[in-house]
Amino acid sequence: MPPLLPIDLLLIAVAAWLLIGLAGLAAPGNLRYISKRLFPLGALVGLALGATALNFLGSGPQVAVLAIGLPDLPFHLRLDNLTAVFALLLGFASAGISVYAAGYFRKGQGTAPGLLCLEYHFFLASMLMVLMADDAYAFMVAWESMALSSFFLVTTDHKHAEIRSAGYLYLLIAHVGAIAILLSFGVMTSGTGDYSFANMREQHLSPFWASSAYLLALLGFGAKAGLVPVHVWLPEAHPAAPSPVSALMSGVMLKTAIYGLMRVSFDLLGSQPLWWWGVVAMAVGLVTALFGVLYSTVQSDMKRLLAYSSIENIGLLAVGIGLALLFRSYKMPVLAALALTAVLYHCLAHAGFKSLLFLCTGSVLHATKERSLGKLGGLIHPMPWVAWLALVGVIASTGLPPLSGFVSEWLLLQAFLFSPGLPHSWLNMVVPVSAAVVALVAALAGFAMVKFFGIIFLGQAREEALKDAHDAGPWERVGLVWLAGLSLALGVLPSTIISLIDAATRQLLGTGLADRMKENGWWMLAPISPERASYQPLIFLAVITASLLLGRQLVRRLYHGRVRRSPAWDCGYVFQGPRAQDTAEGFSQPIRRIFETLFRMQSHIPTIRDERPYYSVKVEDHFWHWLYLPLARLVTAFSHLVARLQGGRIAIYLLYSFVTLIFLLLVARP
Amino acid sequence: MNIFGLVGQIFAIALALFLAPLLTGWVNQCRAWFQNRSAPPLMQPYYTLHKLFLKDVVLAHGASPLFRFAPFVVFGCMILACAIVPTLSTDLPFAPAADMLALVGVFGLARIFISLAAMDIGTSFGSLGGRREMLVGFLAEPALLMVIFTTALICQSTSVATIVETLAHRDFIIYPSLAFAGIAFSFVSLAENARVPVDNPATHLELTMIHEAMILEYSGRHLALVEWAASLKLYAYSCLGLALFMPWGIASGASILGLAAALPILMAKLAVGGFLLAGIESVNAKLRIFRAPEFLGTAFLLAVLGLLVRLLLETRV
Repeated sequence: MPPLLPIDLLLIAVAAWLLIGLAGLAAPGNLRYISKRLFPLGALVGLALGATALNFLGSGPQVAVLAIGLPDLPFHLRLDNLTAVFALLLGFASAGISVYAAGYFRKGQGTAPGLLCLEYHFFLASMLMVLMADDAYAFMVAWESMALSSFFLVTTDHKHAEIRSAGYLYLLIAHVGAIAILLSFGVMTSGTGDYSFANMREQHLSPFWASSAYLLALLGFGAKAGLVPVHVWLPEAHPAAPSPVSALMSGVMLKTAIYGLMRVSFDLLGSQPLWWWGVVAMAVGLVTALFGVLYSTVQSDMKRLLAYSSIENIGLLAVGIGLALLFRSYKMPVLAALALTAVLYHCLAHAGFKSLLFLCTGSVLHATKERSLGKLGGLIHPMPWVAWLALVGVIASTGLPPLSGFVSEWLLLQAFLFSPGLPHSWLNMVVPVSAAVVALVAALAGFAMVKFFGIIFLGQAREEALKDAHDAGPWERVGLVWLAGLSLALGVLPSTIISLIDAATRQLLGTGLADRMKENGWWMLAPISPERASYQPLIFLAVITASLLLGRQLVRRLYHGRVRRSPAWDCGYVFQGPRAQDTAEGFSQPIRRIFETLFRMQSHIPTIRDERPYYSVKVEDHFWHWLYLPLARLVTAFSHLVARLQGGRIAIYLLYSFVTLIFLLLVARP
Repeated sequence: MNIFGLVGQIFAIALALFLAPLLTGWVNQCRAWFQNRSAPPLMQPYYTLHKLFLKDVVLAHGASPLFRFAPFVVFGCMILACAIVPTLSTDLPFAPAADMLALVGVFGLARIFISLAAMDIGTSFGSLGGRREMLVGFLAEPALLMVIFTTALICQSTSVATIVETLAHRDFIIYPSLAFAGIAFSFVSLAENARVPVDNPATHLELTMIHEAMILEYSGRHLALVEWAASLKLYAYSCLGLALFMPWGIASGASILGLAAALPILMAKLAVGGFLLAGIESVNAKLRIFRAPEFLGTAFLLAVLGLLVRLLLETRV
């Protein structure tokens, strides 16, 4: 028997997930069997998958042909370094999420646990198949399976009407995206009828067709990733889904769309890049990032806040991809590698911290039955585990040192710093200035995250019942600690991780950063040269920790460590109930005021004459009113026109047939 | 890295710890003169710190561990910032740990922790201060980044030590871009350090406070650390501004003579800077909080102008 290749191991992982899913059907009502046996098993598969991918990185591509599907149309599969990076992400992130899920699912109103287990593992398997697909047919089958299984997962609590409509919106936009992707693949085959990716790589398309394929791919994958203006499903579907599913969708599934965009724009269309592709991706990305972060700051539902924050991160990824495309089209491969490394790194970082944060909201939701920020508060006291681990996620997602988000944002800004070298007369001025938008987005993300953490976990409990909230269970804690550990590792070991993912950059661009970084030592991140820019997270962490501990010891030694407890001071203000704190709406008031025109707001502000004063503000997405509702009205109007044809009487339909026949006879006369 | 460099590094940190309250005291003294008040002693901040360290910590009932932990984190962040910014010499072993962008990250980390601590007790003023601090933060950060970009483009580096080294030891050329960047940087510094016209360090009028509102619940050693960290931040920003826009006199290698010459120059520059800061604070009124975006928007435009001047006019310099 020949030794098992890594690609075989990946296929075994797919099969194992499918089997675990099917095993759930054996006893669909037995929650204990499903959550305490099958989900941990799925986590082990994820761990093994991550380890395999990690081990594979740096090797040459492997292919396999799987004779399933239509008779003459087998699945072509391929494992290369780009696939391996995303498989690593899928494996390690899903391991944490699955362990958490083992402790999360309860007996509920919605889908039976066995069915849920099947959908969940089918979703995982189809994501892995998306990454491995090497022809358009396999890709689309896997892509659609992913969309369908996640649709069923989103609508787990299908008894609620709003969850059903969120799922429906998701399905609709997923299919608009799928059509665009299919068309893009169709353009790339350029009529040869061979849908394998190998064939697409060899086609030399004219600039027009290449650009069409690129734009279609941007639309299609953008619909899955949540780029503006096809982002509207994301803030609806993420809150509707159970938290492990939200974590999986936000942390992993959005990345498969980024994977697809990278596969198309760097690999399949790699031979003839045009400079404006990068500009389009950057512009869309900047708009998306700014839009996402602004809307995330004004949300009062914790999962919607995170969903908009995911939109922001996807925007940053698109900016990075755009920058890499731009550098590559001007034959600056090292700088393109820098931008692309930032993208890959941010994919990994976002998978870690956003899954972590979504899972934390899951624990909060279980403990309090409450998603609205206005009814939470003070949870750091009853739920210390969740609170401190959420703080790790918050700092990572704010892009602050020494955790994971900072490394990728740092790399992205370093790439921006080289953009004045672009040989284009106005791009070399507009692009550096647009880095300010990235800085604004990062700082606003800090605002949103302080709001998220501060309102949920700090302050006084806004409701009486919150004091009895329970902390996360042991399974949940393991999952959270694992993901927080990933965020920390990505934060403090950037050079090691970049030397791993460098294989993917080299595959796509022909050059990487690792060779330049080798002589600097593993503790130092200096992508171009140490004189140019460097960052050493470990020293960073060590200095802060040392001065923290030393300061504490010295103060206690030289002075004392006495503490007295008393009521809060608050300038002597007497009424210090939980109602005196900032609400979620109050906290984001400065943003609503400064960026007033960017929101569609309906607010009611009480006057002194009101008998029953109340305050309300409703923030809506402009895109609904500018784009989607007109589109929906158009479709409805058109359907009404069509509906007029339906008289409901057989004589009328016979008349139609008769008229059509006459018409065809007139037209088709020889 | 040699042993001398390490000693120089530790000396720089110790100097920062010592000089920072002195700078605050000097600014307070100058401001009192400007306002025709009798001035507090120069050493007043030390007396205050000592008094605060001696006092018991009075902790509110609802305080979580985060509240007690945050002053130490903020203090640690400021020490790191002071370790990276070149004050006397550019030969700093810790300098490669963080470049200018990471320096912004250090200040960001401190800001997040102090804002979260402000929200921890759950009082009305605390969360008010926290959200205003974050507001000033996100308004200032784009302008600061554009300033960093301008200097980084001139020096082809984001490492603080390299930038200062390049700017200090070049032939005397006037960069118009640096002038714009310098003005933008001083606007940002005023906002980031909670000075007039964005905030008022002397205020105790509840509704106008930003920084003071956040630290209302702190007392004893925690308050001492927060106050010390605030003066370290002012010191770090002043030294960064001096190092970027008036770098003359900073020693490049590590030699006793160089350090001995650099110290009086630094103190003289800080004294002038502190005097000017007190002047600015005395002749300006505090802005309404919703005028702060205009103030920092001006800073951003100036910084962008600096960057464009650099890209348009100075590419061959």
